[in-house]
Amino acid sequence: MRKQHTHLSDEALVALVARGDEAALAELYDRVGRTAFGLAQRVLRDERHAEDAVQEAFLAVWRTAASFRAERAKASTWILTLVHRRAVDLVRREERRRTEPLGDAHESTLAGEAQATEEDAWIRFERERVQSALKQLPDVQREAIELAYYGGFSQSELADRLGVPLGTIKSRMFSGLTRLRELLDDSAQEGSWKPEFTS
Amino acid sequence: MEAGIHELTAGYALDALDPDEREAYEAHLSGCESCQEELTTFWETTAALAVAASGPEPSPALRERILADVRAEPPQAVVPFEPRRRLAVPVLATAAAIAAVVALGIGLWAADVSSQRDEAREALERERATVGILADPSVRSVSLQAGVGRLFVSSEGKAALVLAGLGPAPAGKTYEIWIIEGGTPAPAGLFAGRDATEVVGVDGAVGDGDVVAVTIEQAGGVDAPTTPPIVTSDPV
Repeated sequence: MRKQHTHLSDEALVALVARGDEAALAELYDRVGRTAFGLAQRVLRDERHAEDAVQEAFLAVWRTAASFRAERAKASTWILTLVHRRAVDLVRREERRRTEPLGDAHESTLAGEAQATEEDAWIRFERERVQSALKQLPDVQREAIELAYYGGFSQSELADRLGVPLGTIKSRMFSGLTRLRELLDDSAQEGSWKPEFTS
Repeated sequence: MEAGIHELTAGYALDALDPDEREAYEAHLSGCESCQEELTTFWETTAALAVAASGPEPSPALRERILADVRAEPPQAVVPFEPRRRLAVPVLATAAAIAAVVALGIGLWAADVSSQRDEAREALERERATVGILADPSVRSVSLQAGVGRLFVSSEGKAALVLAGLGPAPAGKTYEIWIIEGGTPAPAGLFAGRDATEVVGVDGAVGDGDVVAVTIEQAGGVDAPTTPPIVTSDPV
């Protein structure tokens, strides 16, 4: 296995994965796996199911890497999109519903100051950035986004649950995500995924 | 109902559409550039939501399971990187597994949304374009006569070298790439070199029968090679 892969960009790794390079997939997993797992666990609220979602998503990465448009997109975004889609499909199929409040489930799980890694620090920074942006949204918009993204609820499920018309949910989601995008752009530091590119 | 379907972009990015609307939206998306662009930027936003959900490391067993899965895949499902020289085969997989994925992977990644400008971004774009060559299904893999790595050439003549750790060029020097057509080398780009595997784009079109080579030259590059090549491809 080629450990030199650590110096390649995520996008270069996907290109190598498309050519059947296992070490490149392993390296991608080492970079994105932790976030992928945290996301799946947030949606599925179950370690075993979260692992299944991540496993299936990475198998999809392996099989479809050739279809990824490397010249246009961040590979990490693509992978997280696949993971989220799998997690939501699973949570809906399982009907294992998510009635608990959507708290900050992982708040206490980052390493303490003493042994905090660079990655911990980066995640903490990103989390604060996202949370502070979410707090600036009107409550109903934030609620729609959080319940959809972290709870896996569909728009019609949300309309039922919240007792508002479907059209209202759609507009809340659209306005909320548009506003969130602006807020995050405003606070963006050069690229949101650890940039490691050299030419 | 146009405005309505555009609005679904947010729900789609959040994976919150109901199945019938998801289908309708995907059908619309394939022909709507503005939705493709919007979706791409919304996905950057949802990726930030994902990072904010990061928790502890998953169990090491998960990594092992994933790698075991990959090894168990039928070999024809992917194109081998190293050995055989052949055209890329379209990825085969079960329809069910793929359906959800294809829409995410193909054609939806609209270009340059934000307007960051600096060199790092240019370098990144150059690298993405280079990597795009590797991902091109028409790409040919050409072995090297000298040096460790491969040359990849698309049907349009775009080319990239994958080189295994040349190491940084000596002080005051640079690596220079050449496209040799009928015995005449033409400059095709400079790079600094590093210890790890790297992907280097070749500037200029590489035609049938051409050879791609790399020499070490004075920093800034020269018009014709002054040293023997350290990397030479087979004729394309």
